[in-house]
Amino acid sequence: MTGDWDLAEECAQDAFARALDRWPRDGVPDRPGAWLTTTARHRAMDRLRRARTEAEKLREIAATSYGDYGDYGDPPDRYGPPDESGIEDDRLRLIFTCCHPALPLDARVALTLRTLAGLTTAEIARAFLVGDQAMAKRLVRAKAKIREAHIPYRVPPAPLLPERTAGVLAVLYLLFNEGYSASEGADLIRTGLCAEAIRLARLLVELMPDEPEARGLLALMLFHDARREGRVDADGALVPLEEQDRRRWNAATVAEGLAVLWPPGPPDRPGFYRLQAAIAACHATAPTAADTDWPRIARLYGRLRELTPSPVVELNLAVARAMAEGPAVGLELIAELESSGALAGYHLLPAARADLLRRLGRDGEAAAGYRAALALAASEPERAYLRRRLRETDETDETGGA
Amino acid sequence: MRYLLIICTDENTTGALGPEEGAAMLADYTAFGEEMGRRGVLLGGERLRPTSDATTVRVRQDEVLVADGPFAETKEQVGGYYLVDCKDLDEAIEVASRIPGARHGTIEVRPIWER
Repeated sequence: MTGDWDLAEECAQDAFARALDRWPRDGVPDRPGAWLTTTARHRAMDRLRRARTEAEKLREIAATSYGDYGDYGDPPDRYGPPDESGIEDDRLRLIFTCCHPALPLDARVALTLRTLAGLTTAEIARAFLVGDQAMAKRLVRAKAKIREAHIPYRVPPAPLLPERTAGVLAVLYLLFNEGYSASEGADLIRTGLCAEAIRLARLLVELMPDEPEARGLLALMLFHDARREGRVDADGALVPLEEQDRRRWNAATVAEGLAVLWPPGPPDRPGFYRLQAAIAACHATAPTAADTDWPRIARLYGRLRELTPSPVVELNLAVARAMAEGPAVGLELIAELESSGALAGYHLLPAARADLLRRLGRDGEAAAGYRAALALAASEPERAYLRRRLRETDETDETGGA
Repeated sequence: MRYLLIICTDENTTGALGPEEGAAMLADYTAFGEEMGRRGVLLGGERLRPTSDATTVRVRQDEVLVADGPFAETKEQVGGYYLVDCKDLDEAIEVASRIPGARHGTIEVRPIWER
């Protein structure tokens, strides 16, 4: 119908939502199936038209012609002949222009949603919890800068391509995380961001088939998305990975992630997203929590640390090693992290320590850790989970479980 | 498309350079100027005397107010500039990244207001 399955699927869902909203009020139409198809088609056309219009506007705004780098002159080591990167797709130019590092990050995200996903300004504003006016202003400012500072409308030449591609991936990753960290109900619009991020990552993989990190990012998103159903319980509390009902994970999405991450042929070089996707794949493919290949996960985190050292990676490595070699090892590593002060104020640091203490049966100390984490955690599903753990470990609490 | 590349560095650092380091920095700037001159992007550029030689001037209620020093006390000060003609912002960024001062200071890339 639209030649774009994701869009079609999503618009169909949207049409169902409208049906649920409208039929009780207006009555069920004579041919419900046809009504749904028509509504879905209109909605898809709307979005495609909107995206096309926005893309057209941006193209006009970006005043300079693309590709023609002959007049850059020296040095040839940085700027070669036109089309050196070998990529010629209008949508790809759009992505790179929207994600140009000279634009503020929030504007990059908003522009990408507007011109590539066809979201309205109001929709983007709601997704990012800002007012329509503020979002409109942000978009206007970004477009003005593209025009006035001459941000080029093109795919960067080969020497610039790796760093600029990393920038594009970062925007899509942020988009996905914005949606993923949101939960149910009032945050449904934000969860829609996950679908947009996946759609755009698919597009990027299609447009840059030789970029392993684009595939790594798409796979990473797919593995996380596959688990979405299982990660929050009926009360809205976060369900930790080991307690999730793995039958609720989307097997088809996991399979797609695996195919994306490991296409036939020689393995690609490891990268930031590929390594994280490989870790997510370990979880997604373990039939039960007990089957998780923690030594492999610890090795992957070790490589991630070599590539992009950060205290958050250290913390994850500590947890993986605790699961592989025993909680005591992890507690030692976490104590080092705590004394470094690098993650002060980060709720997952005391939460991780508390989880390891709980596994060792040191409930009193664990409860103190959960309490410390609870004081720092902001998201309600995470807080609900921490409260539950606190009840289970806090000996002074009579309602606590064994 | 013209851009002003404003070189902002900590003059306490540049001022404290030894004779050899100073000569090396000068050589780096000379090489940069020659290369960009050959490439045809350079329209002009100068190094500025330190802010201790700066004077600020304001006119308020028709009165000329003169004071010593730069217009703002900041960690980095404007130490020089280049006026360049580039194809687009990406080329301006590339040129800016090759200014020797970019390695320890900050280059502000400002498009010229074209009529």
